[in-house]
Amino acid sequence: MSTQIQEGEQTEDEQAEEQGESVPANQQRRMQEKRERADSEERQREEAESSLDDEDTRTLKVFRYDPEVEGKKDPRFDEFVVPYRKGMTVLDALMWARDHYDSSLTFRHSCRQAICGSDALFVNGRQRLGCKTQLSDLQNPVRIEPLPHQEVVKDLVVDMQHFYDQMDAVEPYFNDDDVPDGLEEQRQTRENREKIKMSTRCIWCGACMSSCNIAAGQNEYLGPAAINKAYRFAMDEREGEAMKQERLEILEQENGVWRCQTQFSCTEVCPKDIPLTDHIQELKREAVKNNLKFW
Amino acid sequence: MSQSYDRGLVEDFGRWRDFSAGMWAWVFHKFTGWVLIGYLFTHIAVLSTAIPAAGGDPSIYTGTLQGLEELLVVRFLEVGLLAVAVFHILNGIRLLFVDLGVGLTAQDKSFYASLVLTGAIVIASVPTFLAGAI
Repeated sequence: MSTQIQEGEQTEDEQAEEQGESVPANQQRRMQEKRERADSEERQREEAESSLDDEDTRTLKVFRYDPEVEGKKDPRFDEFVVPYRKGMTVLDALMWARDHYDSSLTFRHSCRQAICGSDALFVNGRQRLGCKTQLSDLQNPVRIEPLPHQEVVKDLVVDMQHFYDQMDAVEPYFNDDDVPDGLEEQRQTRENREKIKMSTRCIWCGACMSSCNIAAGQNEYLGPAAINKAYRFAMDEREGEAMKQERLEILEQENGVWRCQTQFSCTEVCPKDIPLTDHIQELKREAVKNNLKFW
Repeated sequence: MSQSYDRGLVEDFGRWRDFSAGMWAWVFHKFTGWVLIGYLFTHIAVLSTAIPAAGGDPSIYTGTLQGLEELLVVRFLEVGLLAVAVFHILNGIRLLFVDLGVGLTAQDKSFYASLVLTGAIVIASVPTFLAGAI
């Protein structure tokens, strides 16, 4: 269970023992210290685990992988037993495991209140936000993996570059200098604000993109998050006509909205409850209306 | 970034237990679609060979079809074809509503409804299709 690499040290120790007196004294001392340190770590670990005996605990099975360390290059699952307390989230449990068992356990997190979008993880076979998922809602043991369909950099950290590229591809920013006559500001009606309300809630966590079958692999499909971002601006009444046309042209491309096969996976996993499929479908209709003008 | 590990298809069909309603609807719709295309080509092949073979004599065509209908397996295949077609039609209607943006929050319920309706229609059709065969 320990992620400390033992094998290398052990063989070194054995060699030292075999050679006996031929090893210089200070090296022997270093070896001895090393052994003691390893022993005390192991003891600490056992203490931490045995102190949990009469407590309510949960078991985490965490995906581990580190390409830079010999002996950790093979992906595997580590088990961590953590004490359970009411209101504990998956992220809390991971942090406990990192602080008490293995400081090399790597995962992204920041705000811990479902706003920063750093800790989207694949928990018990589904994309969830670690800080928003209660352990009490999950079956024990809890299986924690990095997001699928993205390359793993280390442990639970995935390479998000493709996701960010797709987000940037729809030019996700407000771009209109025109201000209505006699005003110094862009104004928006309450109804319009209400319409785009849900789409503004995206936290760029990447859960939707990871759950989407179409966006899997090397596919160039924009993905639910990017299309939702485009929706947020295209449907905003403050956006100028020229910019909206430009945006719709990006969305109408081969890898735009038409790749969506309405599997509803993204809507299902979105931690902010954004009706992604709803928005993609509306943009499809918008694209048709934009190109077919019989009236 | 030095190196990264590609886990391959993590969410492939080995994860079918985790599929949600929308995903199942998509899988079944694809499957039934291919079955129907397969059936249509077989249908054309059988008819286009049976009719010219008759050469103006309708009894050969009638004989071919009656011979097929006598086989129990063909009767069961007909029930299967009905099930596949009915599901494809009902889910197609569901997808029309999805495309129109109507009732997207009830998309899972409408999928279950189309499954239940398919089951009911297929069971109701069994006496008709299997009459005389068993």
